Amino acid sequence: MPTHTTLAATGNSVVAEAMRQCKPNVMAAYPITPQTTIVEEFAGFVAKGKTDCEYVTVESEHSAMSACIGASAAGARVMTATSSQGLALMWEELHIASGMRLPIIMANANRALSAPINIHCDHSDIMGARDTGWVTLFAETAQEAYDNTIMATRIAEHPDVMLPVMSCLDGFITTHSIDRVSVMDDESVAGFVGEYEPRNALLDTGTPVTHGAFAGLGGPYFEFKKQQREAIENARAVVSAVGAEYSALSGRPFGAIETWGMDDAEVALVVIGSTAGNARAVARHLRADGMKVGVVKVRVWRPFPYAELAAALKGMKAVAVLDRAESFGAEGGPLYLEVRSALYDLEMRVPVVGYIYGLGGSDVKLELMERVFSDLADIAAGTAAPAGLVYLGAREEA
Amino acid sequence: MKWDISDMDSWTYKQFPPGAVIPESGNSDDYVTGGWRSERPWRDDEKCTQCLLCWIVCPDTSINVAGEKVTTFDLDHCKGCGICAQVCPVDAIEMVPEGCDLPGVK
Amino acid sequence: MANLKELTHREDRLAGGHRLCAGCGASIAVRQVLLGAGEDPVVVGCATGCLEVSTTIYPYSSWKTPFIHNAFENSSATISGVEAAFKGLKRAGKIPADKTMKFVAFGGDGGTYDIGLQALSGAMERGHDMVYVCYDNGAYMNTGIQRSSATPKGAWATTAEVGAAQQGKIQRRKDLTQIMAAHGIPYVAQASISHWKDLTTKAEKAFAVEGPAFLNVFAPCPRGWRIPSSQSVEIAKLAVQTGFWPLYEVEDGEFRHTVKVHNRKPIEEFLRPQGRFRHLFSPGNEELLAEIQGDVDRAWDRLMARCSQV
Repeated sequence: MPTHTTLAATGNSVVAEAMRQCKPNVMAAYPITPQTTIVEEFAGFVAKGKTDCEYVTVESEHSAMSACIGASAAGARVMTATSSQGLALMWEELHIASGMRLPIIMANANRALSAPINIHCDHSDIMGARDTGWVTLFAETAQEAYDNTIMATRIAEHPDVMLPVMSCLDGFITTHSIDRVSVMDDESVAGFVGEYEPRNALLDTGTPVTHGAFAGLGGPYFEFKKQQREAIENARAVVSAVGAEYSALSGRPFGAIETWGMDDAEVALVVIGSTAGNARAVARHLRADGMKVGVVKVRVWRPFPYAELAAALKGMKAVAVLDRAESFGAEGGPLYLEVRSALYDLEMRVPVVGYIYGLGGSDVKLELMERVFSDLADIAAGTAAPAGLVYLGAREEA
Repeated sequence: MKWDISDMDSWTYKQFPPGAVIPESGNSDDYVTGGWRSERPWRDDEKCTQCLLCWIVCPDTSINVAGEKVTTFDLDHCKGCGICAQVCPVDAIEMVPEGCDLPGVK
Repeated sequence: MANLKELTHREDRLAGGHRLCAGCGASIAVRQVLLGAGEDPVVVGCATGCLEVSTTIYPYSSWKTPFIHNAFENSSATISGVEAAFKGLKRAGKIPADKTMKFVAFGGDGGTYDIGLQALSGAMERGHDMVYVCYDNGAYMNTGIQRSSATPKGAWATTAEVGAAQQGKIQRRKDLTQIMAAHGIPYVAQASISHWKDLTTKAEKAFAVEGPAFLNVFAPCPRGWRIPSSQSVEIAKLAVQTGFWPLYEVEDGEFRHTVKVHNRKPIEEFLRPQGRFRHLFSPGNEELLAEIQGDVDRAWDRLMARCSQV
């Protein structure tokens, strides 16, 4: 059994630690706020000889992912980290990494996108990359960020998956706050992730292969996309199995969604990332006052846990979905759209309200959570209800 | 490794190696581009000094050599560009219309 | 330095059956560069473009060596990652410590002078043990002859048209070889498919040095230059003889003119056979022609002043 050590550490610090423990052969990364301390910590490991990883200090995020793709196709275990504009600059390469079926691991420190420029947390960056074919995990806490990084390695490299995995943590809130984190010993982590057995490695010179071929002109491009769809569907079972195995090791439960108070809840709030803590804190108080409220946290964003959400939210009198990202012109934020879709096949319609909150690091105060639950209570009671999308906490017209 | 693609048209989507990897190197050898030609090279063995200039500038790797000597043209792949004839310092290579009847095309 | 007979014993790493146009200069460049690479296994990367598309049309590959295409602007970054993996896997004991390999990235002038310049500069500065080869055909040929920063002044291109108000490309071309020399990397050279010995020798040196090397190879495009397919090598030779494309190398900062040109020919001899320059010979363009000659002369003098006399 592993040795567990409890640290007071930031999310970025334990992500860097988890990466080191997973023994990557190549790390290619570029600094960007608020991811920077990950690459700084990793540079420290390199300088101290604590890793035998080849660290490539590229000149841009585009080159970071390009080098990761080259290294992964070469047969290496590869990791990187980015945020916001960096993830946006990588966008082209994100598709190529998944299309080439390369199990690259990336940490993303969620941060708002320009313009106007802003360095604080929201989920615009990852939501802009949601259709790039990456398995995507979200952390609420530094602990989850640590755990997700280790699980990501196993999920990505699973023969039924072979897809890149992104592990998201909220910029500053999770990346920079000092939190209590339990880390495992190096040997246990190495044993859990195992050795990477690449296929079609460029460096296997005995069987030279071609990566990145042109599959247009009537070629089987469409079939390769179908394979990718199948692979990310396979990831559902793999995520669950890896999660169960990791839970046994860590003693911490893991599921694609995490529910709180849902056994007897009448209304529920669905949320991703660090805000789940605020939601639970408020829900706890409201429960003490006799309100039957619950919280559902989404930990796996891709593949999206439709069935789990439908099962959890079935029979709710009202559901609120909190999006820390916009999808301008759509009916609501990305999570709202997914949740509504997940509930569509239920026999009884569940009223769902969408909230956009916390963009550009706008404060997520407990009063805002109280307001959401109060809206839900109103809907459940059949009294007033929010009409359409709510910009939660933004200044009003008057 | 030989990658058998003879019945690729009837493959299911699962049969394509993931990630569009081509698991065999240099298999375009099996793809004939010789049909592009309107002219083909013809080499006069008597004139040829075996300087190998034609070989080093052929864009289609279509000048066969053995024992440090030019032997034949790879007409499966030669596109008839005519560079070999153009660079030949002793005019030993001539471009002749494709389809004409020549005894022992080299 | 191998002679042609010796070179025939090396493996040709580019197979026939690729779909590049008849007379394409790019494939000649690739063959000659890879013949110069020696016996070690070579991993090849290639930027999106004619060379990449035409050599890897699924399910066929013309590469008899490990090959990777990623995107347009990043063949240098991609190969830098492959090279990093080689180092990392060696350190992890997954590749024998004594194994030797070579890494080369190819890109056209669009993928090198323009969209790939940043990634190239980064990869060279980082000191990866790799060779970058630009096959310069002076325009975006894969998308249909659009001007790049390598397109010569006065050349027609589909985005540098010829008409009453404009006579082809207005601007001078960028001197990428000098830019790469300014990176202070161990080896930089300019070569041409018309001079195989010079090219294969430079390739040998580029692969032999430890650290990054850059080769800029003149590789005519019959389709884009409006020349017969048989003239690719001849026109490349004229580029050298007129001084449009001087053959030189920069070894550890030392410039050396590798193929001397006695009695440099007038630039007209390079321009006139090419359809893309036809308008330059219409009445009224005498001044522009003189300007182009002046540009070549000045660049030549500057370069010769930097080249050490041997």
